[in-house]
Amino acid sequence: MSVESLTLTLVVLTFAIYLYIGWRSKVKDTSNFFVAGNDIPAVANGAAIAADWMSAASFISMAGLISFLGYDGTIYLMGWTGGYVLLALLLAPYLRKFGRYTVPDFIGDRYYSNGARAVAAIATIFISLTYVAGQMRGVGIVFSRYLQVDIVFGVLIGMAIVAFFAVLGGMKGITWTQVVQYTILIVAFLIPAIAISFKLTGNPVPQLALTFSDIAKELSVLQVELGLKEYLAPFQNMSALNVFAVTLALMIGTAGLPHVIIRFYTVKNVRAARWSAGWALLFIALLYTTAPAIGVFAKYNLINSFNDQPINEVRETAWVTKWEETGLLTLDDKNGDGVLTFSSNESANEVTIDRDIIVLSTPEVAGLAPIVIALVAAGGLAAALSTASGLLLAMSSAVSHDIYFRIYRPNASEEQRLKVGRLMIFLAVLVAGYFGINPPGFVGEVVAFAFGLAAASLFPAILLGIFDRRMNREGAIWGISVGLAFTVVMILLMRSPQIFGTETPVLDSFFGINAQGVGVVGALLNFIISFIVSRRTAAPPEEIQQMVEDIRVPKVMDKTG
Amino acid sequence: MKDLQQDMTKKQHEYWKKNTRLIKVLLVIWALVSLVAAIILAKPLSEVQFFGVPLAFWFAQQGSIIIFLILIFYYAKRMDKLDEEYDVQEVILTKKKTKDKGVST
Repeated sequence: MSVESLTLTLVVLTFAIYLYIGWRSKVKDTSNFFVAGNDIPAVANGAAIAADWMSAASFISMAGLISFLGYDGTIYLMGWTGGYVLLALLLAPYLRKFGRYTVPDFIGDRYYSNGARAVAAIATIFISLTYVAGQMRGVGIVFSRYLQVDIVFGVLIGMAIVAFFAVLGGMKGITWTQVVQYTILIVAFLIPAIAISFKLTGNPVPQLALTFSDIAKELSVLQVELGLKEYLAPFQNMSALNVFAVTLALMIGTAGLPHVIIRFYTVKNVRAARWSAGWALLFIALLYTTAPAIGVFAKYNLINSFNDQPINEVRETAWVTKWEETGLLTLDDKNGDGVLTFSSNESANEVTIDRDIIVLSTPEVAGLAPIVIALVAAGGLAAALSTASGLLLAMSSAVSHDIYFRIYRPNASEEQRLKVGRLMIFLAVLVAGYFGINPPGFVGEVVAFAFGLAAASLFPAILLGIFDRRMNREGAIWGISVGLAFTVVMILLMRSPQIFGTETPVLDSFFGINAQGVGVVGALLNFIISFIVSRRTAAPPEEIQQMVEDIRVPKVMDKTG
Repeated sequence: MKDLQQDMTKKQHEYWKKNTRLIKVLLVIWALVSLVAAIILAKPLSEVQFFGVPLAFWFAQQGSIIIFLILIFYYAKRMDKLDEEYDVQEVILTKKKTKDKGVST
């Protein structure tokens, strides 16, 4: 079978599994629809969080991104894993004890204010929306790259699949589908990684191969010789201050992302919430500790395959021709000497590599069977679909549960709520699909928004709601507003060329901190303002303080004796 | 009755204090292996070799993540113990949650 028919077979097969699970997990009430009936085992929830978390970008682009950033790629590695420690220790167990459906549920109840609830709901919708557009696009791109299907058609197929199991099965359908999707994506990611690691170092475990072999050092030396940046040295691509701020912003932002937080409501109890955070990070770390190894190995391999090699010979390799056709790889013998040369100088550099090629080309470079290439395609789709479905649920529950039920129509019947829930998730699929087909020019830029906003608004409000009994409505609302306003304005000013089309950014940086890292300052402002305002206004009502006491212990001690 | 209630509240506060102390210690380690070892001390720790790579690089791209993982599992384990000690572990009901717990237990 050709690679293409293999890919098609595998993709159809995995999609059939997703549909089957969706059908099996049909739900009939809101508890199952929004939080899977609090019945998900800790390990399964861990796998679902991992699939939810790792998007098409984590799967396809991250290893490549790191291989171009070198040491500084740590912003993503530590930033997108460190947040789970914050989640596990500071938020997840208490939110599980609180035990409702959404993040705005907590903010609205804890701060006894529908205003706060509405703000949290809008932040949830905005954060999830910016994220989901990229996912649908990712589905389309994988389809077009592997199956030569039009991107629009690819997005439509993805929409149909997600709509089916999300509308029917809600959180329950999504969770069990995600467990399967995690399995597919991690297998697809690890097989090529193990192969290339074994090929270069003789050690099949990429993590060990990276630490114990000399490849990383050789790559570092090689890069310096070619006039590129030293791979192993810190702060070659970003200032130390920015590495610090961005890492911290991504950590805090991760802990504040609604689609991750709501997953902790789906487990049985507080204990399971703590453990599932550990399982989640274990499953995520499998990919996140492998990615830097692939980054080093693949780049080392690519440089050695191309540098100082005769261009005609290189072009005879099958995978080179294939990736040159896609435009992800450009070979151009600028000085006409018949030999390829890397250079940091744009006008002399003869090899241009798109970062996505680092992961996508690895199976072919390592000489693996076509079935592995097909598996990588299925893995990329699994990553994109699982993240999209989690985000869609977060968005639709913010509208149907928080805004419709909690604010607009508190006496809606169970049936009405479920109907609105299904309708909203369907609408969310349409919106996401629209953005997937017509991506706004600044999609890449808005990711900075998602993390910045989560860090500056939701994280501090939830944290203080648990750990500071005295925190009140006034403090929280002022904190969120100031943190949010500051972060939005800063990102808009710094990213004005992409968003408003100005020549140069209106503002270069905030005292040296870039748009990706400015959420940290927003979060800090939120904490400070919340504290000051809350101490100058009335303490929260007695029953709210009691509620805080209650969520702090897994089971309320029996006070009646 | 009143005494018992106060006793319970006191126990609950004690539980919370132990919990927050544990969290503080773990978060200090969290910051040490990531923000400190891989960023603030990146330059000096780059001079130290850790097998094939500089120590700072290892923390930045491998070690910090592995230690994060250990921290979370350690916390879950310790809290299981603490829950037991203070007898606050949840009674797992077959269906449905918190609100009607008082009645059904």
